[in-house]
Amino acid sequence: MLVAGIKSRPEYKGLDVDAHAKRHLFVLEGEGAQALIDQVGAKGRDFLAKSEILYLAAAAAPKAYDVALSALSPDVFWHAPTLQPLLFRLRACLDLARMGTRLYIAGTEGFIGQIMQVAMEYGIDYHSIHTEHRGSAARRVQCVHCKGITDNVTTSPFACTHCGLPLLVRDHYSRRLGAFQGVNIDAEEPGTAPAPEEMFP
Amino acid sequence: MSLNTDMPVRVAAVTPVTDLVKRFRFERMDGHPMPFFSGGAHVVVSMNDNGILRRNPYSLMSNPDDSSGFEISVLRVPNSRGGSIFMHEQVRPGDQLTVSQPVNLFAPDHRGRKHILFAGGIGITPFIAMMEQFSRDNIAFELHYAIRSRSHGAYWQQLLERYGPRRIKIYVDEENTFIPVAEIADNQPLGTHLYVCGPAGMIDGVLLTALRAGWPKENLHSERFLAPPAGLPFQVFLETSNIHMTVGEHQSILEAAEAHGCDAPYMCRGGACGQCETEVLSCDGTLQHNDIYLSDEERASGKKIMICVSRFKGQKLVLQL
Repeated sequence: MLVAGIKSRPEYKGLDVDAHAKRHLFVLEGEGAQALIDQVGAKGRDFLAKSEILYLAAAAAPKAYDVALSALSPDVFWHAPTLQPLLFRLRACLDLARMGTRLYIAGTEGFIGQIMQVAMEYGIDYHSIHTEHRGSAARRVQCVHCKGITDNVTTSPFACTHCGLPLLVRDHYSRRLGAFQGVNIDAEEPGTAPAPEEMFP
Repeated sequence: MSLNTDMPVRVAAVTPVTDLVKRFRFERMDGHPMPFFSGGAHVVVSMNDNGILRRNPYSLMSNPDDSSGFEISVLRVPNSRGGSIFMHEQVRPGDQLTVSQPVNLFAPDHRGRKHILFAGGIGITPFIAMMEQFSRDNIAFELHYAIRSRSHGAYWQQLLERYGPRRIKIYVDEENTFIPVAEIADNQPLGTHLYVCGPAGMIDGVLLTALRAGWPKENLHSERFLAPPAGLPFQVFLETSNIHMTVGEHQSILEAAEAHGCDAPYMCRGGACGQCETEVLSCDGTLQHNDIYLSDEERASGKKIMICVSRFKGQKLVLQL
């Protein structure tokens, strides 16, 4: 049901610690912790002394990645209870950050999108942000009709949690909103929407 | 062919700025307002030098909001191909010239939270218009301007008076003061963008220093206009136009094509914009790429050439033009 070749579909090229950066800010969610652990394996431990890690366990809490990350002994490690305080602390970090600081984000797409939204307010070009998709393929979707945003959407179509319309989830992505677009699938003949299909497990 | 929107203009004023720099003001012949432009934009000025058509790009330095006229500053370059000498020696107030629509390949990134400008010598001109815009929009900026001597440097006094010593820093070779690029790059808030315009060595030095200080390349901007380098004459066949021509020692392929009546696309005439990219149909020899536009892979393929600055060495070159 997805239309191929939509240009706005984000690409996540993977974390690659920049040797020239003076400071590394890792913002990680759930399985995204493993992306950093893999970098330590590939690049050695030297960069950790210049690194700050903000971690949100989310769905991966039972795996206790926070213990593993903390054991890496980065300059700063902070385990966020929920997304809101993480965003608050991220703003404080970016407020004080200097040029030469590189931002790395790993986790689910909805998480990456929301962190990039904040980063772009600080004049960071999204091309210079390292991103890696780890964990669930669930999407953050904006209903193009009522503008309500629904997190962790795993099926298409799905019922908008705000207005109730059955929405087709598209690859069309908004960086400004950090969300994919959801479009009413049975506008011509209400009530004829196909059954939801698990597309983003 | 540059969209065929060139504007005939009258030279409204010629003002000596230093021994080697003159400022020219152009106003439209038809009395219409000039198009608005954004800081960093340039125009291509067409000159008729004794039957030879010369077209040189110059950065606009007047206020981008002022549509009554355009102003450029021209450095007199001895031993050059002649455009700047023509402007200095032949052009008088009241003369008629042709200028292109403004084109901007060096625009400020408006997502930036602060802008640092590095200028060397005549490289100051695009920044004069840019600073007008930053100042109007109340955007943080600072200028680091390197000149050879206080008498040779253009506009440094006016800029100091206008924006103050906190935002304008002047460095003078003769007094052994140099831009401390590494220190400046080292301590800037996140979201700062850097712009450099000046001699090639300065541009390379500033960009490399900033990259080593951990700046991402997305925040680094530079503008260099390359004059078409001279070289041995060579033969070119333009297949579509069915023209056999010789490109002279001091001519570019683009200039030779124009002299033969071929309306080739162009914009910056300095190897930067990509507008004059031309397909190579056959090449019995070596392409000498002088542009900063084509990627290494494109160069290696031998299928493309930027005819405004690049040359050829060999028997025969056939272009799709």
